[in-house]
Amino acid sequence: MNSKVSLALGAVVLAPVVGGFIRGLDRVITARMQGRVGPPLLQPFYDILKLMRKEPVVVNRIQVTYAILHLMLMVLSTFMLVMGQDSLMLLFILAFSSLSLVLGGMSVRSPFSRIGSQREIVMMMAYEPILILVVIGFYLVNGNFQIQAIYDSTRPLLLSMPLLFLAYLTVVMIKFQKSPFDLATSHHAHQEIVKGLTLEFAGPYLGLIEIAHCYEAAFFLALVGLFWTPHLAIAFILMAVVFVLTIVADNLCARLTTFWMFRFMWTVVLGLALTNIVWLYWR
Amino acid sequence: MKNQVTFEKSPWVVHFNCNSCNGCDIEMLACLSPLYDLERFGIVHVGNPKHADVLLVTGSVNHRNARVLKNVYDQMPEPKAVVALGVCAATGGIFKDCYNVLGGIEKVIPVDVFVPGCPARPEAMIDGILQAARKLDEKRRKLPVTKAEQETISFTAPKEDPKPVPAAVDVIPAADPLNQKIA
Repeated sequence: MNSKVSLALGAVVLAPVVGGFIRGLDRVITARMQGRVGPPLLQPFYDILKLMRKEPVVVNRIQVTYAILHLMLMVLSTFMLVMGQDSLMLLFILAFSSLSLVLGGMSVRSPFSRIGSQREIVMMMAYEPILILVVIGFYLVNGNFQIQAIYDSTRPLLLSMPLLFLAYLTVVMIKFQKSPFDLATSHHAHQEIVKGLTLEFAGPYLGLIEIAHCYEAAFFLALVGLFWTPHLAIAFILMAVVFVLTIVADNLCARLTTFWMFRFMWTVVLGLALTNIVWLYWR
Repeated sequence: MKNQVTFEKSPWVVHFNCNSCNGCDIEMLACLSPLYDLERFGIVHVGNPKHADVLLVTGSVNHRNARVLKNVYDQMPEPKAVVALGVCAATGGIFKDCYNVLGGIEKVIPVDVFVPGCPARPEAMIDGILQAARKLDEKRRKLPVTKAEQETISFTAPKEDPKPVPAAVDVIPAADPLNQKIA
């Protein structure tokens, strides 16, 4: 038990480093696809170090609480994932993490910030059902919600949950803020809603949110690896393939509207996920 | 802490057009394109002064947007730098004698780097932005330090008086014929 806790703590310390490398690689690959050179690989770390040294500017004090809450809950979810705990609980902690960022965006009176928060709420409404269905898929395959059961199983989850995996891929694209879902804080077109959700965060508090984004990057790719736990090498190959696919989709698609995303997730993707659930239930 | 280069490696820019013909704006946006590629220096074009380190201004300021320019400048967190792109932002350019033109953004906010040209060439702009980014690290060192930082520094370096950052230059009252009270 002790070695597992120390493993989880090590993962919590390493996850932002790995996540930062993932985001750096993302920017370099995107740049190369667009015919540019791109920033150095360690650029996300330089960004975070610079943000920490800026003057802290906030509109109200509660924003600081929400930024810290967002980061701490992401840290907690990473810890819970490595410890192999209840996946349903993990889902709620993740939802709270996103919600605290939304509340941080809502706590200021800027209309851009409110639009960003409202879009983020619609995004959550779109992807949370899919995540719940994925977790129900875990239950139907293993008999309980514990992630430890997935670590211990000998049969890869991808074989029993292929359509749920496809549905989960769209969730990864939404969480990575990639087109066509690049909506709430507009990762690439900063001026569309003037950076939306994170508009009124500046300096060290924006740095905290950037660290939380690094955690998110590592976390959601790690959940991809969960679909093939028996052989770790294949899990890493799966993660790499999904990562490259996300970047390719980002460069191919334009940013679409919030309600298109909502309709798409609730018809096509939910249909895929439900088909898989029904098949798992009746086999 | 003496030779930190964090700002030089990641200067985020925000761009503001003050009465410009858009020539310098287009050249600046060309800097973001694959041919000149600002992102290889870690520069991100954010749309938001609260996230930015360097303010790029084009165009000669007029009476109306002097207030807006000062507002945008004030919203940026310290340390910050200003780059005046093009001749209009430096001195007013060919529009200097017009009745509405104030004559260069230095009348409103302190400028760190001037990039002359009409329009300024993208290579010159990149050079100017990077020079401003290098100045940012120095500015950070000169910011008034908190008590915790002072105690750390006193272990490593001899004490020096932290100098406050100079305030923005006020608009010259004589250049306000419409009496619009730019504050």
